[in-house]
Amino acid sequence: MIEVKNVDKSFDGNHVLKNVSAVFETGKTNMIIGQSGSGKTVLMKSIIGLHRIDNGRIEYDGRNLPDMRMKEIRILRREVGMLFQGSALFDSMSVLENVMYPLEMFSPTSKEEMKERAYFCLKHVNLEEKSFALAPSEISGGMQKRVAIARAIALQPKYLFCDEPNSGLDPKTSLVIDQLIHEITHIFGITTIINSHDMNSVMEIGENIIFIEKGEKAWQGNNKDIFHVHNKALNDFVFASELYKQVKKVNQ
Amino acid sequence: MYVLLMKRVLVQPDKWRMFFRQFPKELEKLGLQSLPIVIIISVFIGAIMTIQTKLNSSNPLLPTYTTGLVTRDTLLLEFSSTIMCLILAGKVGSNIASEIGTMRITEQIDALEIMGVNSANYLILPKIIAFVVMIPFLVIFSMALGLVGGYFVSLFTDVISTADYLTGIQYAFVPYYVFYSVVKSLIFAFIITSVASFYGYYAQGGALDVGKASTNAVVNGSILVLFFNLLVTSLMLG
Repeated sequence: MIEVKNVDKSFDGNHVLKNVSAVFETGKTNMIIGQSGSGKTVLMKSIIGLHRIDNGRIEYDGRNLPDMRMKEIRILRREVGMLFQGSALFDSMSVLENVMYPLEMFSPTSKEEMKERAYFCLKHVNLEEKSFALAPSEISGGMQKRVAIARAIALQPKYLFCDEPNSGLDPKTSLVIDQLIHEITHIFGITTIINSHDMNSVMEIGENIIFIEKGEKAWQGNNKDIFHVHNKALNDFVFASELYKQVKKVNQ
Repeated sequence: MYVLLMKRVLVQPDKWRMFFRQFPKELEKLGLQSLPIVIIISVFIGAIMTIQTKLNSSNPLLPTYTTGLVTRDTLLLEFSSTIMCLILAGKVGSNIASEIGTMRITEQIDALEIMGVNSANYLILPKIIAFVVMIPFLVIFSMALGLVGGYFVSLFTDVISTADYLTGIQYAFVPYYVFYSVVKSLIFAFIITSVASFYGYYAQGGALDVGKASTNAVVNGSILVLFFNLLVTSLMLG
């Protein structure tokens, strides 16, 4: 479980996060949603420790991140997997080498066991063996995302962060990626935090949703409650598309 | 910021095995791939220097071997270390800055950090050590090739006789000049790789900014090479 308590963050006097508190539960797909510029990426990067917060606490199962020294943060990060918006695969390595990389850095196991684990992860995300030797630039965006997920889970992380996992993907592939993240979260009992503004993802897998508006937490709930909330900013966000306006009409 | 980065770079690698996997790749990329440009420039500059020196020393009072001697000392003292390093600052510096800069803007460095890897050490240390290891060979190779360039002039033209040229390049040879040149080049190699890595590592924005980082790396690396050239020369020859 990750707990965020009274977090403030500003850049050059611009207050981006204002007293944000939230609980991200283990074994659930927790989502941070909000419009572009609302502060959700800053919140996620603060939770990971890529941004140093001004005030507050970020507790990983009771371990407060801002109190940690760099060495302790590095050790904690070995329990963290992350799926980046652009996949962030290493260009100079093949698909298999990308997944083996965290294992080679931190796993005490033999090379053969590492390879076995990498194969397991890649097959778990439904990648065919013939693509293992290819470079990231030689595979599609959806496949790159799957490789990135395989790399993120290679070290069996306790915490998984996904930054806009569906950006640049077609709706069908987006659905596959969403379901994959959801499945991994449940099977491995991971605390997953997804940063998204894709309503399809929210409805599909949002078990614990935090809505950020102008740097503040404006709402917290799940995908069943989200249609019935009386919050103008959230309603504007949820019913921005025609599809969800129609859904609202049918519900009414 | 540069000092802080170097503090993160110049520490023991997280895993030596990974370091030794990167190291030969960097030796090849930064050192061996620089050989063609070193060969071409050294031979041509050696030849041109011989012709120009002869042109400027056609005084009957000067011994006939002067041209070879001046060519050799210019190559040993300045060209093969400083000028060659300035050229390599362009090639190697832009290569490093654009590679690391691209990794920064495509979040590959963030990915390393999230994994708990000391990204600065993992990416930069093999480059610095590889280039520092390769540079003495490149410099000595450049000296030899520069002399070969001059030899070609003596062989294929009437500018200078081969005997005078060969006498000149052997006359009053000071081995310390080679040592001085190698010491300088080691410092320059560290400057070129660390400055380029610094600009690449802190690149922000998009492709345009990687280009700017690359330009800044070459320009500032070159200025620092010149500054340290003056400093080391005054310490070792002054």
